[in-house]
Amino acid sequence: MWFLAPCSFERESAMSQPSISKSMTPGESGLAVVFAATAFLCVVASAKALDAPFAFHAALSAAASLAAVFVIVNRYFERPAALPPAEINGRPNYNMGPIKFTAVMAMFWGIAGFLVGLIIASQLAWPALNFDLPWTSFGRLRPLHTSAVIFAFGGNVLIGTSFYVVQKSCRARLAGDLAPWFVVVGYNYFILVAGTGYLLGVTQSKEYAEPEWYADLWLTIVWVVYLLVFLATIIKRKEPHIFVANWFYLAFIVTIAVLHLGNNPALPVSAFGSKSYVAWGGIQDAMFQWWYGHNAVGFFLTAGFLAIMYYFIPKRAERPIYSYRLSIIHFWALIFLYIWAGPHHLHYTALPDWTQTLGMTFSIMLWMPSWGGMINGLMTLSGAWDKLRTDPVLRMLVVSVAFYGMSTFEGPMMSIKVVNSLSHYTDWTIGHVHSGALGWVGFVSFGALYCLVPWAWNRKGLYSLKLVNWHFWIATLGIVLYISAMWVSGILQGLMWRAYTSLGFLEYSFIETVEAMHPFYIIRAAGGGLFLIGALIMAYNLWMTVRVGEQEVQMPVALQPAE
Amino acid sequence: MKAILTVHNLASELVTTIWTPVFVAIFLAIIAYAFWPRNKAAFDEAAHLPLREE
Repeated sequence: MWFLAPCSFERESAMSQPSISKSMTPGESGLAVVFAATAFLCVVASAKALDAPFAFHAALSAAASLAAVFVIVNRYFERPAALPPAEINGRPNYNMGPIKFTAVMAMFWGIAGFLVGLIIASQLAWPALNFDLPWTSFGRLRPLHTSAVIFAFGGNVLIGTSFYVVQKSCRARLAGDLAPWFVVVGYNYFILVAGTGYLLGVTQSKEYAEPEWYADLWLTIVWVVYLLVFLATIIKRKEPHIFVANWFYLAFIVTIAVLHLGNNPALPVSAFGSKSYVAWGGIQDAMFQWWYGHNAVGFFLTAGFLAIMYYFIPKRAERPIYSYRLSIIHFWALIFLYIWAGPHHLHYTALPDWTQTLGMTFSIMLWMPSWGGMINGLMTLSGAWDKLRTDPVLRMLVVSVAFYGMSTFEGPMMSIKVVNSLSHYTDWTIGHVHSGALGWVGFVSFGALYCLVPWAWNRKGLYSLKLVNWHFWIATLGIVLYISAMWVSGILQGLMWRAYTSLGFLEYSFIETVEAMHPFYIIRAAGGGLFLIGALIMAYNLWMTVRVGEQEVQMPVALQPAE
Repeated sequence: MKAILTVHNLASELVTTIWTPVFVAIFLAIIAYAFWPRNKAAFDEAAHLPLREE
């Protein structure tokens, strides 16, 4: 694809190196053989499959493996004999290819995920929109939405920015030749298998951990390679200090590996079928699930994006981090506290009371590091506040941190048992999640992509700051509509559920509470629609930045070579 | 019911109890490290790290 390829004079500069005899690296030949074998095994699995979705996924994997063999061999014939050097003229030769790929995929999955969100929000307001088809029912589209926005959009942003930040802050080229490509393409293949699985009804029914056993195994392999690439880059760093953003990224990568392995051990019914049974049972399963679920919030949606905050905000504001000491304490306080907060998802259930109280206590304690981090991000603007007026990208990043502060205030409050007795199972939870997801994760990702795309494609700046401004205001209006509708709807719902008549009967039937929520569901869908429109504006802006944006004039040595 | 004192019971009691003071001690050590006056210059420099471009 032309937009991922390096520009021509870079290719020439790499080709002008002294010629050496060309041979495949062990990585190239090894990976080609492994993928060829995988293709064969997948064909067998597809033929022996017990259910149609498994046959489809096995056939898809066979095709993908063959494509991988072709791409690896083709890339070998296309590339110069020598691999790209780690440094050119004593300056790091950064690897931008995999980063560009994640930026494109993030934008694609973001729009897909927001669109599916809009569809299911509309289904809740107008149920006929599920068309009475299994594939478009709410139960199947809902995990498609959550996985597409969290793991596909957010995951690509995290992997892409982590590969950028670790190179720049270590002043070292990304470790590995094929390995970074294996991570970014392999991760997106996992998303494809998971997402098509949901539509076909393949799920292990654990929230945010719906993919079945074979998708989980594949993700494990990809994630271990991700960890190794990241660690190897840190190990060969030229900068003695390991920058705080890399600590956050590392915590994200390591913890997600632990959570994934802890929550997903499962026994497949057959090696040739999609169904499996999770090892844990009953309350242990519930506890494992929400230990996983809440730390996915803590380490995927928080630690990873805080890494973005600690690199992109100083960079964009051209100001140092407000307090580096605070960033260290912020990091370790989050690590020590977050891991215990999960039980607040299981208040008033069969989970022992002391465990619920423990979860609540640690959730409340999380106020401190969360707000410490927020203050650190916001105060980084000291001396540069005027830029908020002129730079909508910086405004997006800063507003995201404000949303981070808001949702990390709301979350601990909702974890308090008496508050939870009103809020749990209501739309308030959905509103809370979306103030974090749209406001914090969404905006910090948009801000990071608006920075990253010109940097990675070597452009002077964005195609249009005016369009960023439009994106900012349309999306902000969308978020406000969304979360305020869900607050009102959620509290209304909670109060109606607990209302008794003077004779001690429940005052409202369930369908009356559903009816009361209807107008708020329409407002929510409108908010989601605005958020989607903002993302479409963004995609156009980034596309035009790559397509017609002015090249940054730089010394050729600072650029990447041919790949 | 009288608890039977075995090496295993003693060890598991110790392991489940001791991490609280150990984690608190580690965290306090981290705070001390962050605020140690001699580290200040290095941290101030690290705060500028994203601004140093190559």
